[in-house]
Parts: sequence; structure tokens; C-alpha cells
Amino acid sequence: MITELGHFALILAFLVAIVQMVVPLIGAQKRWHSWMAVAEPAAGAQFALTALAFGALMWAFIVSDFSLRLVWLNSHSAKPMLYKISGTWGNHEGSMLLWVLIVTLFGAMAAWFGGNLPPTLRARVLAVQSAIAVAFFAFIIFTSNPFLRLETPPFDGQDLNPLLQDPGLAFHPPFLYLGYVGLSMAFSFAVAALIEGRVDAAWGRWVRPWTLAAWVFLTIGIALGSWWAYYELGWGGFWFWDPVENASFMPWLLAAALLHSAIVVEKREALKSWTILLAILAFGFSLIGTFIVRSGLLTSVHAFANDPERGIWILMIMAFFMGGALVLFTLRAGAMEAKGVFGLVSRESALVVNNLLLAVSCFVVFVGTMWPLVAEMFFDRKLSVGPPFFNAAFTPFMVALGLILPVGSVLPWKRARLMRAIKPLRYVFVLAIAVGGLAYAMQSGRSMIGPIGMFLGAWLVMGVIVELAQRTGRGADRLGRLMRLPRADWGKAVAHSGLGVTMAGVAGLTAWTVDDIRVAQIDQPWTVGSYELMLTDVQEIRGPNYLSTMGVLTLSQDGQEIAQLKPEKRFYPVAQMPTTEAAIDYDLKRDVYVVIGDQQTGGGWTIRTYIKPLTNWIWIGSALMALGGLLSLSDRRFRVAAGATRRRAAAVPAE
Amino acid sequence: MKRLVLILLLFAAPVWAVQPDEMLDDPVLEDRARELSKGLRCLVCRNESIDESNASLARDLRLLVRERLVAGDSDEEAVEYIVDRYGEYVLLNPTATGANWLLWGAGPLMLLLAGGVGFIYLRGRSTAKAPTEAPLSADEQARLDDILQQ
Repeated sequence: MITELGHFALILAFLVAIVQMVVPLIGAQKRWHSWMAVAEPAAGAQFALTALAFGALMWAFIVSDFSLRLVWLNSHSAKPMLYKISGTWGNHEGSMLLWVLIVTLFGAMAAWFGGNLPPTLRARVLAVQSAIAVAFFAFIIFTSNPFLRLETPPFDGQDLNPLLQDPGLAFHPPFLYLGYVGLSMAFSFAVAALIEGRVDAAWGRWVRPWTLAAWVFLTIGIALGSWWAYYELGWGGFWFWDPVENASFMPWLLAAALLHSAIVVEKREALKSWTILLAILAFGFSLIGTFIVRSGLLTSVHAFANDPERGIWILMIMAFFMGGALVLFTLRAGAMEAKGVFGLVSRESALVVNNLLLAVSCFVVFVGTMWPLVAEMFFDRKLSVGPPFFNAAFTPFMVALGLILPVGSVLPWKRARLMRAIKPLRYVFVLAIAVGGLAYAMQSGRSMIGPIGMFLGAWLVMGVIVELAQRTGRGADRLGRLMRLPRADWGKAVAHSGLGVTMAGVAGLTAWTVDDIRVAQIDQPWTVGSYELMLTDVQEIRGPNYLSTMGVLTLSQDGQEIAQLKPEKRFYPVAQMPTTEAAIDYDLKRDVYVVIGDQQTGGGWTIRTYIKPLTNWIWIGSALMALGGLLSLSDRRFRVAAGATRRRAAAVPAE
Repeated sequence: MKRLVLILLLFAAPVWAVQPDEMLDDPVLEDRARELSKGLRCLVCRNESIDESNASLARDLRLLVRERLVAGDSDEEAVEYIVDRYGEYVLLNPTATGANWLLWGAGPLMLLLAGGVGFIYLRGRSTAKAPTEAPLSADEQARLDDILQQ
């Protein structure tokens, strides 16, 4: 019964979305206020109905209703509750429903908090947002309906892929989708502004919080996914340049670019058409990501619906939105005249360079991801593009970005004198070079990745400190002034230093990982780097829905025991799948990462040990970036307008 | 189909990569072998190098690489030997030959192009005259009056 209600709510939401797509758009064109006003309640209703449908599906997963085909395929009664719930979106149909739920959530948020927008713009934004929802509702209802029943319900389900049964991964998709779909809001604003034929500073201010929110969610989602890959896949990498990872990384790069170019629109009324184009492309790459994951075009570990027919649907949706938006863009972009005038050396120019590097690096990732397909189709070459290519082709852009960032962020707006602006940075530059040099002197290998990463990390973090110090001026009460800086400035500082920390972490892990593979006998110690390990026991354990072989190791340094590590090798009988659970001793300086393998015929167990320096910096840096985004999002500037509308609304009856 | 997916997933979840019994006694050769393995693709896996994969084919390839190195091949010769037998698909790092110039050149070329456009735009902005303020439209004037009255 609940399932049928959910199904019904989904269809109803589809119909509401169609109304919301058409009526406000006509209303905005004809200036009929009553028609425009349809958008707001419709957006709320759409969200409520979709939430109902999603809730119904989740309920079916919670009570293990195997008469539902989807639940039967992706769940099992013995599964822990957390994974029953996360199973709702751990499959194609459910994740599409989550996708569209978030589309409607953002639509509803724009309706609720968009009181400060001009009524025509708001009506158009909501209509465009609803058009996206319509496309995906149709996709779900006609090709991947999660509410299909089985005629004779089986006794038990087929289990969720055990690799996905992990807390890190349970929350990775929702965050990623919040990010992907959050960019739909920027897209809707861009298209609405194109229809309106007008982009000004206010538009830049309105579109920024949405982009910022999407970027924060993407950052968290990508970091969670990469953390999961690190501890779950069992070979200690954090990023594999897998097509699906790239699919999430490309929107992130473009969202970061959009974030910065919208600042120029807001403050200086320049870069307007570029910002609009970026907003369109950023969402376009989100759609490409969805397409890649679900079409089976590029196979990858993550792809869970390799169905060409569904792929064609998403391709058509993508072609419609991208094609339509880009045609609109070519028709209207000419009308968007830049107003701000600025010199070649200025904050504006620095932000243009930032956009250049981010957009081109995104392009490199895109070409690399698509190249195997292109080469096979046009040049009859079957080839692979793997991590070595991306590391070589992508990294220089990030190095350049890190190099110019502290300079760009201290340059004044409009017109700057380069030498004067960077003068305060000269000491930290020398200091950062020294840090890099020290790293070079201490390492044994010849790779430059480590020293460059240390230099960039130090340069970024110290650059931020210098910038903050400068903002407080001279004389007394500098601390007070520091605390009173706008939240957006703090956000900028925290996010930029986060980038530095992540860069240092990536470099440290890539350059200085030590690994060791051996057959370990019980109670015979061995050394890896400066650590001593000993396998003391191997136990067979029975988990809730798996069997496990667990090794017990002691980790010690200089004769002092530091930790006990328990790597596991699990087997999930229902899915007939083995997984590895690495045991990791986390530390700020390094991770010790141990994986247990098979028992050897001659006695003993295969043990793989890695010492991974600075690994946690990657995620600490990501968390800092996300925190910076949140701080910036909480800036007074974005709230002032909201407060103003409330006051105005209250004043109406008094007039 | 379902079974195939499961088999593929099995390969994709490498419980084991390099086994102790495969490793060469000479640490220098072993290091070279590891380095080469990282650039060779496991042909039956998804986007994994033979260094990370536990597929039996990957093991065969790892042994083959080590065999060639022990036989005295240089790094290039060993890779060439494998490419001759398994095709270009095995290289995770695509060579910069033929149409692949497009792949390798894409980044630098785009940077040049975008840099050029960006520079022209910036120069335009630095020499442009500041526009005179546009007058408010009737709607905006009305809203402004409305706000000022409060």
C-alpha cells in the first residue's frame, strides 16, 4: 500500500512539474502575476510529493519488502539497518529518485528563500528548474521505475554489493548528488537570465550562494568517495582517474571556476557571458557524469547500470538542455556588455587566470576520459588512458594554480602595481622555497613531486596568513579587526589554505609511499621503514552477513608498541564476493596501512604493508575547503537581502 | 549478464596484487618491474594496472615483465615486447604517436588558445572607457521609490 502511494506521488509530482515548467514561464513573458505566482506553491508541492515517493521507497527497503523488484535485487534481510537505508540509493532506480528529489529540493529552496529576486526572474528560474525535473521524472517513470512489483515475492533478496556496505560510501552518493544537482540551480539562473536578457551584479550575488553550496557538497562527496577508495579497495590509492571519478571531478573544477568568476560579475560587472557559459557547462558536466555512470559507455568499478537504452535517454536529456541553453547563449550573449574597467594587473585579471587554469585542466580531464572512445571510433586504435597520462597532463595546471593563488588573492581590484602588491609575500615565498628544498634534501629518490608539493603547501598556507595579517592593518586592536573580518574573507582564507594542505598531502603520499610485500610467519617480526611489525594471530570470525579472516598484528617503533592492527579479508556469501578491510593506524605524519592476504601452502600469511606519509592531509585539506565554503556561505552579505524581504513583507499590512 | 558483472567486480576488488613468490631477489630489478607494472593495464579488468590487479592474467603479465628484465631487456624493450603481443591497449600511458598528439596536445593547445582569448579580453577591459550609468527603468524607479518611502 505504501509502495503504491509512493508510486502515485511520483506520478503526481511529474504532473505538477509539467505545470510548473509551463505556467510561470508564460506568466513571466506576459507579466501576468497570477501565473507567475503558480511557481512557488508548485515547487513546494513537487518537493513534498517527491519526498513522499522517496520515503515510500526507503520504507520498502527498511521493512525488506521483497515483493518490490528493486528491493529484491539490492537488499537482504540480514543486512545491517544502515545499509538497508543506504541501499535505497545504492542502485540505479533509487539513485535516480534521489537525484530528482534533490532537483525538487533545490527548486523548493529557491521558492522559499528567493523572495529577494525580481518576480519574473524567480518565475523563470523555477520554470527552468522544473523543466530539468520533468525530464528526469519522465526518465524514471518510463525507463527505470523503482516501484515495480514482482508477481511472486521471493523469500529473500540478493544483497547489496558488499563493497558498498560501508559508512563512508553510504553517505558519499547523497553528498555527490547534492553537489551535481546543486549546479542545476546555477544552470537555471543562467538560462533564466538569458531569457530575461539581463545579467548584472545582483545576478552574480544571487547565483553565488547556490554555486557555493553545490561546490561544498561536491567537495565533501568527492572526499568521502576518495577516502572510501583508500581504506576499502585495499591497495591504498586515493584517486585512480577512473572515468566515474573524473565525472565527479570535472563539475568540481568548473564549479570552482564559476565560484570565482561570479565574484567578478558581482563586484565588477565583467566576465558576464563567460560566467553564464560556465554555469551552463558546469551542469552539463554533471549530466555527462550521470550519463557516464549509467550508460556503460565507459566501464568502471562504480558503474551500476550498464544499460545502453537508459544511456540514450540521458544523452537525449543532455542534448536537449545543453543544446537549448547554448543556442540561447549564442543568441543572447552579445547583449551582455561588460561594465567594469580594470588594468592588466588586477584582481580581476588574476581571477581570469584562475578560471583559465581550472577550465583548461577540466578540459584535459575531459579529453583524457573520452579519448579511448574517440580513438576507437575515428582512428581505429584501441588504447587506454590511465593515471600516468593524467598525472603528467593535469598536475602542471594545479602547480601553476597553486603558484599564482597567493599573489592573485592579495592583488587589489581595478588596477594594481605587481611589485608593490607582492612585496609582503616575499619572505614567505623564500620560506616556502626553503621548505621545498628541505624536503628535497631529506628524500632519497629523485622525484620532484614531493618537494614541489611541500613548497606549494607552505606557500599557500603562509600566503593566507600574510594576507590575513595585511587585512588587519597596523597599530592596536589588530586581533579585534581580524575577528571582525567578514565571514567571506575567513571562508576564502580557510578554503585556500585547505587547498594547500591537500596539495601537500597528495604530493607526500604520491612521492614517499613505502611498501612491503611478504609472507609473514606468526610471531616473527619484520621491519618496514622505521616500524616493526609482527603477526601474532589469525582468527576466523563470523560477522552479521559475512565471514572474516582477521589477522592480529602489533605495530611498534623503537621497541615501543604503537598500535594493534586487525586487517580482515571478508567473504559475503549471499553476493559471493570477497572484500578486503585494511587496518590503518592513522596519524598526522603518516598512515601505516596493512592488508592481509591468503594463507600460503608453506605456512604463514601474505601481508602487505604501506607507510603512507601525509595521507590524512588530503582529507583534512578537503574538509578545510568545505568549511571555507560554508563560512563564506554564512556571510552576512547573503543574508542581508533575505532579512530585507522579511521586513518588507511585514510592512505590507501596515500600509 | 548478472554473473558477468559479478565476475568483473571480483576482478575489480583486488584482494591481492603482487604476490611474494613473484618478486625478484634483486631489489633493483624488482623496483624496475614494479615501476613498469604500474604503467601496464590488466586487460580483463576495469582501469587497473597489473601491479594492482589480482586477475590471473595480470599475474602472467607481471611474471612476463620480470622474465624480460631478468633476460636483460631494458625498460623500453620489455614494454615493447608486451605491446607487440597484447597491443597498444595494454599501455596506461598512451604514446604520443599518430592521432595521440591530439590527446597530449589538447591541454597546452587549449591553454594557448584560451590564454590568447583571455589576454585580448583583458587588454580590451584595460583600455575600455567606463560606461555611463544606465538610467533606471520605470519598474526599477517604482521599486526604488517604494524602498525609499519605507
